[in-house]
Amino acid sequence: MKDEKPEVLDVIGTAEDCDCKEGMFPDPGRRALLLGGAALAGTGLFAGRAGAEATQGASQHAVLDDPTSQPGPASGGGYGLRSQFETVSRWEFPLPQPGVSGSFTPLAGTHGTITPSGLHYEVHRGGVPTIDPARHKLLIHGKVKRAKVFTMADLYRFPSVTRTAFLECAGNGGMEYARPSMPHVQGTHGLTSNSEWTGVALSTLLREVGLEDGANWLLGEGSDAGMHTRSIPIDKAMDDAILAYAQNGEAIRPEQGYPLRLLLPGFEGNMSIKWLRRLDVTDKPSFTRPEVTTYADTLADGTTRYFTWEMEAKSVITFPSGTMKLPIPGTYEVTGLAWSGRGKITGVEVSADGGKTWARANLVAPVLSMAHTRFTFGWRWDGKPAILQSRATDETGYVQPTITALVDVRGVNSKDHNNGIQSWAIDAEGNVTNVHA
Amino acid sequence: MAALGALALTACSDESGAATGEQFPELGSPAPHELIAAWDTDVRYDGAGLPPGEGTRDQGALVYAEHCVACHGETLRGVEGVQGGPLIGAGQTVTQHWPYAPTFFDYVRRAMPFNAPGSLSDDEIYGLAAYIFAEGGIYPADRPMNAATLTAMEMPNRDNFVPDPRPDVK
Ligand code: HEC
Repeated sequence: MKDEKPEVLDVIGTAEDCDCKEGMFPDPGRRALLLGGAALAGTGLFAGRAGAEATQGASQHAVLDDPTSQPGPASGGGYGLRSQFETVSRWEFPLPQPGVSGSFTPLAGTHGTITPSGLHYEVHRGGVPTIDPARHKLLIHGKVKRAKVFTMADLYRFPSVTRTAFLECAGNGGMEYARPSMPHVQGTHGLTSNSEWTGVALSTLLREVGLEDGANWLLGEGSDAGMHTRSIPIDKAMDDAILAYAQNGEAIRPEQGYPLRLLLPGFEGNMSIKWLRRLDVTDKPSFTRPEVTTYADTLADGTTRYFTWEMEAKSVITFPSGTMKLPIPGTYEVTGLAWSGRGKITGVEVSADGGKTWARANLVAPVLSMAHTRFTFGWRWDGKPAILQSRATDETGYVQPTITALVDVRGVNSKDHNNGIQSWAIDAEGNVTNVHA
Repeated sequence: MAALGALALTACSDESGAATGEQFPELGSPAPHELIAAWDTDVRYDGAGLPPGEGTRDQGALVYAEHCVACHGETLRGVEGVQGGPLIGAGQTVTQHWPYAPTFFDYVRRAMPFNAPGSLSDDEIYGLAAYIFAEGGIYPADRPMNAATLTAMEMPNRDNFVPDPRPDVK
């Protein structure tokens, strides 16, 4: 999301005027909703939420003093809802043009490694289309022996594959290169999410249509307004790409590409084209607009990098993290997530002194390739100021760098692909803030 | 999985006998030429896919005033508080940053104007290219734009594009 940079801190409130510090686990989703609602009052964006009794995704019931004293209401019906007490929500980035927007996953409010589908981050550049699966078609043509059209019913009948994979927006953390910008981990890192995906291996369909000589690339195209397009190298397409129709056991959500999306594990999120309707097999890449500007990093020396595909190893501590407060000195379980677009996470280290010394964190099974991996670390806070950091290593031996090391090479014009080490400062009162260390 | 694999193998080995040579012959249907023609509208960096047609700077200026000015501004440098941004001038703009001119045709045809993508004719888009590239100082104002001229354009920033060298930081 380049160029569109409202002063983020103005919009969502600085750490100083944050009303959530009493709680060790503030609820950024709810706070963002309130502040976002105030900031966008009159736009109608949040109309319908204000005044509603239950939180989104829940229905409101009376709370008895003694829940054992009488039977409760019937179950949530045909599609279960969450508890009325749960408020964890995505945070919608307040951009002026409806239809070009993003929402951030509340990483500090999720557990384990799977992101609930309704909390998966999303970015769209032409709104979210409403597509009838009975009418959706996938066209595969170009350098193929048999150009074909597949209906969803066709795709459901092919052999299916299931795997867990993270998706991360290239712009995740983009606003953190130059200075600490977002107050909490939802803002600094919320453009990554992790799901179990099911669909047809793209290689199955490409064998079905038969590749011709010179079939080196695919141009993938969505059926959203603006028809998002990306060039995909054939090796990735034949290796582990999936045409996904399901996420976490159910049909993928509209904002995730219903009824069909491409899934390129480990690659920057926008290449996993949503609402996929066309794959054109070609000899050369296309250099579409997202490939030359939106997701291409311009460096301090004026050069611009194209085809920056894999998301490099990265990690972040989600507890404790920005806007939280440690109530008293004592022992805490520090926890967070690590992931790499190049394979498995092999280790995460944690530092409490701004990177001077490091200790190995615990990796929580399962540790899957190109998927969020949970780490934990038992830590005794002595009540003195501290700077917490985490550093991931992946199976290629690559070690997550500091933001300073990235900026030394790339400068601060580069707005995407920031996988630098996140620093959370803890002051003597236990307040946690986003800093560069 | 094993059973399905076996099925796929059987279908494969059937290839000699099947007229079409398909592996799952009952799945999918041959793509109609009309569908391919209707959907295969992308334009590549090297101009492949550009349609016939032509437009002048003056025609493009009129289209711009009607369909683009609200979000990209009188001077093509964006409108304060409106998303869309600058099309010419400093920064990552079309004329100063984009490495290939045909990408402009591709993107505008598929995505602009934002509220009615796909509504412009090919001639109108060529006119817009003539107008915007002339305003950006990289195309003569009196030369019409068509597939040949758009493909032949040498964009000022082209040599600054480099393939991803990562891992770049150790
Ligand atoms: C309703 C507002 C609106 C109108 C009208 C509009 N645009 Fe846009 N334009 C946008 C937005 C928003 C973006 C950014 C989209 C994104 O980031 O995905 C954009 C992006 C662009 C870009 C890409 C710029 C870049 O550097 O990446 C071009 C080129 C463009 N518009 C051309 C046009 C043309 C030509 C017209 C008139 C035919 C037009 N636009 C009409 C809102 C508009």
